[in-house]
Amino acid sequence: MSTTTTEALSATTLLRFATAGSVDDGKSTLVGRLLHDSKSVLVDQLEAVERASASRGQDAPDLALLTDGLRAEREQGITIDVAYRYFATPRRRFILADTPGHVQYTRNMVTGASTAELTVILVDARNGVVEQTRRHAAIAALLRVPHVVLAVNKMDLVGYAEKVFAAIAEEFTAYATELGVPEVTAIPISALAGDNVVEPSANMDWYGGPTVLEHLETVPVSHDLAHCHARLPVQYVIRPQTSEHPDYRGYAGQIAAGSFRVGESVTVLPSGRTSTISGIDLLGKPVDIAWTTQSVTIRLADDIDISRGDLIVPTKDAPATTQDVEATVCHVADEPLRVGHRVLLKHGTRTVKAIVKDIPSRLTLDDLSLHPHPGQLVANDIGRVKIRTAEPLPVDSYADSRRTGSFILIDPSDGTTLTAGMVGESFASPEPVKDQADEDGWDF
Amino acid sequence: MTTVAEAATGGEGTATPYALSHLDALESEAVHIFREVAGEFENPVILFSGGKDSIVMLHLALKAFAPAAVPFSLLHVDTGHNFPEVLEYRDRVVAAHGLRLHVASVQDYIDRGVLKERPDGTRNPLQTLPLTEKIQSEKFDAVFGGGRRDEEKARAKERVFSLRDEFSQWDPRRQRPELWNLYNGRHAPGEHVRVFPLSNWTELDVWQYIAREGIELPQIYFAHEREVFARNGMWLTAGEWGGPKDGETVEKRQVRYRTVGDMSCTGAVDSDAATLDAVIAEIAASRLTERGATRADDKLSEAAMEDRKREGYF
Repeated sequence: MSTTTTEALSATTLLRFATAGSVDDGKSTLVGRLLHDSKSVLVDQLEAVERASASRGQDAPDLALLTDGLRAEREQGITIDVAYRYFATPRRRFILADTPGHVQYTRNMVTGASTAELTVILVDARNGVVEQTRRHAAIAALLRVPHVVLAVNKMDLVGYAEKVFAAIAEEFTAYATELGVPEVTAIPISALAGDNVVEPSANMDWYGGPTVLEHLETVPVSHDLAHCHARLPVQYVIRPQTSEHPDYRGYAGQIAAGSFRVGESVTVLPSGRTSTISGIDLLGKPVDIAWTTQSVTIRLADDIDISRGDLIVPTKDAPATTQDVEATVCHVADEPLRVGHRVLLKHGTRTVKAIVKDIPSRLTLDDLSLHPHPGQLVANDIGRVKIRTAEPLPVDSYADSRRTGSFILIDPSDGTTLTAGMVGESFASPEPVKDQADEDGWDF
Repeated sequence: MTTVAEAATGGEGTATPYALSHLDALESEAVHIFREVAGEFENPVILFSGGKDSIVMLHLALKAFAPAAVPFSLLHVDTGHNFPEVLEYRDRVVAAHGLRLHVASVQDYIDRGVLKERPDGTRNPLQTLPLTEKIQSEKFDAVFGGGRRDEEKARAKERVFSLRDEFSQWDPRRQRPELWNLYNGRHAPGEHVRVFPLSNWTELDVWQYIAREGIELPQIYFAHEREVFARNGMWLTAGEWGGPKDGETVEKRQVRYRTVGDMSCTGAVDSDAATLDAVIAEIAASRLTERGATRADDKLSEAAMEDRKREGYF
């Protein structure tokens, strides 16, 4: 291999995506095929699966064993947790958050979707859009995953009929659009037979769009910086205090959104002090401009008091600070979240004390209806909360910035991650209209 | 705007100048993880074996805090059967960067009678006790490991910040969900957090990054002549550690190592890849995973890695 090939390989981009599907929709088969056909399943892994399958008395290799990594999962034949898988084509690298389909694992899909730029939602062509499909679409919308792929699977079992596909695609797209999903790409596939997963299907010449892999390879991943508020959560203050660098003082962090330029006027929150960027170091190398997800060190013209947890923003585009945070949350812990709960809230690089003031509503994902004042949220519940923080926080709306609009709640007693939060309005934000009693219990 | 199966717009998806290359994205993420640990923990340590993953970890840590020094010390679990070239490399790197190195020695534990040599001669499982006791005695609260999720399917489930109890045990059912890049490092006294900044890297990413950054490696990663013998389908280096046994014959072959570990269970592969480019080409074309090709201990049982991780192994 020549050096130029090496360079070309390392210049590919990275796409993070998540899969969602009900138990028998063929998610494992789709994942298996993507891994297998991109040469990411190697001989010794296949041999291990064959050995394990044979020792269980199975006739054929059980490809689910490729992805079910834990003892309990293999014993019970279920997937209990998010796993991350890796594969690559010459055009792009992929990180796949492989999330279980069971409804009780809503939190796992939320976890996978939080870092995903694309979600593949599988449906069975024979069943069409079902409750679970609507849940998956709602979570993708809530987490603001930029791209949604509807993979209509098992087309081989409906005679590869265009009419079946078109009806499902239309119904799903209408639903997702209503939720605010910005882009839906529907693809008719058979994961088992391989139609339109990696290779175009000979059985569906009426379909003119990309295969799943082709779409994954070409979907744009970068952000439109012009419309992003620039944000740098300060992680760490770098002060060498050596003879070589006696006065160096840099504010290290990963740019959460937008871009920063040398010479720009910036404000430090929550203190509100202002200064000018005198230098940006990109991992040791000075640059004039740096942008989102780059880890940088910013130097300022004035010696002002800045520490971990502060947020550096452009002076002309600073968010308001608040001690009253309203958000849509997904509760991820087994212990319920209740009104009056004292918690820690981690936002960016800042962790503050907080108290749950109110839980105005809980969302029913099936029909997107709101239960008013549920009193508590249990594991996998999605609801609205009002939180009072001990210190002012510069929060953005999650709709504007997935990174500075998100937070987690932590149990101060044992460190458990309790809740994932998204600040501001969402499709789940309107107050509940009817004040019905909550006597029918939890409905998902 | 939603359409049915509309072809993706924007061509390659790399059109804008603001898309990071996959190596830049992985590097930035790893640096973010190092800085989070530096900001939130009292006494972190980097596990450093002199293998390529720990070498890349150290390189990333050096970049994360430049021009200041790395605010972490290093910890090497020395099995007593390490390759001399790797120990020499380790000591040279530690000296060059003015770092502090802790060593937990398996041989010490065997000499004191605390650990017993296994009949199969492998010392990999013996590393767990010296490692966990050193973590406790030095009160390390964050321990960086070079583990990657692509290595093994139990590791595919591993979090970036992974809580270990006071016995250093991993409980996959008690893992914290990891949302966005908001890592939760809270832990009780006596517990610690294992941190995996290379979680999202693959073997090929590591090699491409080594090539891009011009990082020096121990020479055993490149093709060289070596006296080896075959055991369990792998080429092991002959030596005082206990090989070859009766019936095993030593021969001279041109080999290189894909991983670096204990001599008794780390195999070499036949190779004429003497440069980084040749190594990358070889890995890209390989039909075997790095562990499948070179690690005997992972073949012990279907859940070998999970079981060892539960006990506190890295």
